[in-house]
Amino acid sequence: MTYVKPSFRHPELPKNDLGFTKKDYEGAISTLCGGCGHDSISGAITQACFEMAIAPHRLAKLSGIGCSSKTPTYFLGNSHGFNSVHGRMPSVATGANLANRDLIYMGVSGDGDTASIGMGQFVHAVRRNLNVVYIVMNNGCYGLTKGQDSATADVGSVSKNGINSFNAIDLPALALELGATFVARSFSGDRTQLIPLIKAAVSHHGFALIDVISPCVTFNNNTGSTKSYDYVREHITTADVVDYVPPGEEITMEYAEGSSAELTLHDGSMLQLHKLAPNWDPRDKLAAMQRIYLSRVNKEILTGLLYIDPDTQDLHDILNTVDKPLNELREEDLCPGSGALEEINRSLR
Amino acid sequence: MRSIAAVNDFVVRFANVNGTGSASANNMFAKAIFRMGLPFSAKNIFPSNIQGLPTWYEVRISEKGYLGRRDGIDLMVCVNPQSLPQDVKSVRSGGYFVYDSTKILHPEFVREDITYIGIPMMEICLREYTDPRLRQLFKNMIYVGALSMLLDMDFEVFKGIIADEFKKKEKLIAPNINAMELGRNYVKEHYECPIGLRMETRDLVGDSIVLDGNSACGLGAVYGGATVAAWYPITPSTSLVNAFEKYANRLRIDKETGKKKFAVVQAEDELAAIGVAIGANWNGARSFTATSGPGVSLMNEFLGLAYFAEIPVVLTDVQRSGPSTGMPTRTQQSDITLAAYASHGDSKHILIFPSNPKECFELQALSFDLADRLQTPILVMIDLDLGMNEHLSPPLKWDDNRKYDLGKVYDAEDLENMAQYGRYLDTDGDGITYRTIPGTHPTKGSFFTRGTSRDEYARYTEDGAVYVRNMNRLLKKWDTAKEIIPQPELYQDGNQHKEGVIFFGTTTYSALEALDLLKEEGIEMDAMRLLSFPFSKKVEDFVNGHERIYVIEQNRDAQMRSLLINELEVDPKKLIRILNFDGMPITAAYISEQILEKMVVEKVE
Ligand SMILES: Cc1ncc(C[n+]2csc(CCOP(=O)(O)OP(=O)(O)O)c2C)c(N)n1
Ligand code: SF4
Repeated sequence: MTYVKPSFRHPELPKNDLGFTKKDYEGAISTLCGGCGHDSISGAITQACFEMAIAPHRLAKLSGIGCSSKTPTYFLGNSHGFNSVHGRMPSVATGANLANRDLIYMGVSGDGDTASIGMGQFVHAVRRNLNVVYIVMNNGCYGLTKGQDSATADVGSVSKNGINSFNAIDLPALALELGATFVARSFSGDRTQLIPLIKAAVSHHGFALIDVISPCVTFNNNTGSTKSYDYVREHITTADVVDYVPPGEEITMEYAEGSSAELTLHDGSMLQLHKLAPNWDPRDKLAAMQRIYLSRVNKEILTGLLYIDPDTQDLHDILNTVDKPLNELREEDLCPGSGALEEINRSLR
Repeated sequence: MRSIAAVNDFVVRFANVNGTGSASANNMFAKAIFRMGLPFSAKNIFPSNIQGLPTWYEVRISEKGYLGRRDGIDLMVCVNPQSLPQDVKSVRSGGYFVYDSTKILHPEFVREDITYIGIPMMEICLREYTDPRLRQLFKNMIYVGALSMLLDMDFEVFKGIIADEFKKKEKLIAPNINAMELGRNYVKEHYECPIGLRMETRDLVGDSIVLDGNSACGLGAVYGGATVAAWYPITPSTSLVNAFEKYANRLRIDKETGKKKFAVVQAEDELAAIGVAIGANWNGARSFTATSGPGVSLMNEFLGLAYFAEIPVVLTDVQRSGPSTGMPTRTQQSDITLAAYASHGDSKHILIFPSNPKECFELQALSFDLADRLQTPILVMIDLDLGMNEHLSPPLKWDDNRKYDLGKVYDAEDLENMAQYGRYLDTDGDGITYRTIPGTHPTKGSFFTRGTSRDEYARYTEDGAVYVRNMNRLLKKWDTAKEIIPQPELYQDGNQHKEGVIFFGTTTYSALEALDLLKEEGIEMDAMRLLSFPFSKKVEDFVNGHERIYVIEQNRDAQMRSLLINELEVDPKKLIRILNFDGMPITAAYISEQILEKMVVEKVE
């Protein structure tokens, strides 16, 4: 692995609508272990943002602590980033979002970061329908502290420390229960599925969870682990295939299996769903819950867009804040002035 | 028996039952004193319980303008049978005891040395009112009425207060006045009025206002430009954010759309509360949180992050007594070392100490400027006494020409004209670097905020030399802060005497009174009130300019003294502890006694 990044850019690199090349969406060279699933997710984020022609400075990336939480350094080098403290990214993202509703917020977390120390913050961010893309890089273990089981490790799964005897927390199921308005699961090795999911999550107006199974090659890629590459490839099933259609563009595509449906998102973009699982309607919450439960019983890893409510109110809508970002308001908007204060003084005598 | 006789200088205490509506009657009594032009101070003494338990309200009337607590009760109004035994005991010899004589007082509670004034409050209520709720409420008005007669207070003042209070429910004005008159008439018929304690109208409060510190801080946050408030409920800080929201709802609604120019988030805990505040400040909005000791404990990790990553944030700590849950409804100044050095590693924070509501308002507003300017947490340190009790205060003032000081922020144009931006470059040599707000420029100015070590360009590094450079720059910023933050106030000018006194926050009221008491004994000292930490040159000079300094504070471990020793590196022997930590505001008598005692000890040695 090389740590020096060439600055040379091929003049004919393809450009997106903003005139940026894919290089403009890359970050520093990754220092994660070669083959770590997290790097593939960083790649998918880079690709999705390039294809969506997001102005890099209009996106803020936030994370907690962990190998996964380090990844924001490795994608979107031209975006502001915030590596906060372990498990507390959701609150920082909440504050950032309240300050400026106009940016895109991408939160990156690990399964330890989210499902253990940060569980409280995670569930409350869901509950508030914070407008954020929340990606969990889920490897069933703690990478950065060298391989302890995390709370998403399946019962009976074998890690370096032995057999895990505790029940797993299923983040998509939990998020559904809490009222999340966009819930998806994917696999770091499946970029064709992951990229459109990320795009759809960015376009979604509200909390968008993408739980990405992301094998830790160093500590949890062994036989007996249910988060290893081999295990995931053998047990993966797909609920639907998602095509993301940016606003104002039309694509047509034929899918052999199952039926298709179209969903318009808040920003006018569209999702084309091609169902592989029979009777799959990602707007049907009850069905989604049942299907997730069933796949768990069958030891399948169900991926795809599991649930979406495309028409929701995010935290700003609920709090009824002004359209102008709060961080742009100045004295004339904020300070009531000495006249109002005189009146208050009078009322206190 | 000699009854106490005093005009405009005594203490009245009410013993009530929590949750019976006595608070508004008691406040009315205090307001009447204020409107008669007399300085007063009022303390709620309440249990950590919602309903049913004893609660007290203590009012000191002081023509001399002393606003600290004074020990000893001259007149007790006992409306709570449950606390009667201790209430009888707590009256000073020669004092007065007003009680509900519907039931006969048990002989065990009859003292020879105090005057009993029985008013059959419940009996009158049962006779006059049928609705049980009204009986309860008007019983309070009956004793207030009785007091107005016993103490010779101007009844027109009370009528005015009632008229103001029920401006929107005019129907209630007459019945309330009537209830007061029931009390007045009863005592007039049965006792010699006024008693030895009297109030005479004066013109001593000028244009002062009456306000609690939490409301003043909440309003200060509105004026200071805070747009995001995140909090988690805890006594005694809850009413601070409530006040922010109340005032913001009144003063910060967009007229055209009805939408809010602010956001309040009740977080899931204090970790999240300060996380939200930090996230918002990072993104360029002024944001704050308010809490008390247990909350500050939880916020430690985030405070360290904000310190090291240099993110502005304002936290108001309304201190209560600890450790642990301690006495949650009692006052102390015992979070000082916790706040000053919150979080692991070498971290230290700027503390601000307001003493009255006017300062709460001004310094809370100023804190947002300081946080932005210094890019670090600012902790506004008040306490339960200041936060939750109403205080006589100079009126609030705001200069309309004042501009928010957003500190060193590069905008798009600055970045455009720059070869390379370095987030942690000390361009000006004052330790304060330039930040950029996310979303400013398409290709320049983005950086990575992190709690790990980094170089001047915000790039991760574990290079020891770079780390040391950064840590030393933070110290330089610390030194810069010393002259920017509010400066101490000197009383009794200069270094004239050998001995000095240092105090801060709510101990100020009693400390100043204690200095007068000592003067009566022929002892004079210089005095300084601290308004902030770190200590500026002025504090250093004051300490160095005196042989001995008495440090007055409300905690067991002399926490401010520790900071003085630690940061100024002075001889600990020079700094003498004057401590009170029983949960009640310190009194002048206690301070002067303690000082006298410690002076004697010193002489014997
Ligand atoms: C308060 C606190 N406790 C513990 C740690 C140590 N720690 C760092 S990362 C981590 C777990 C990371 O696991 P995960 O979130 O699953 O991310 P991964 O490294 O597996 O991607 C822990 C426990 C810490 N940084 N802070
Ligand atoms: S330890 Fe595991 S999670 Fe961390 S970088 Fe290596 S492979 Fe990835």
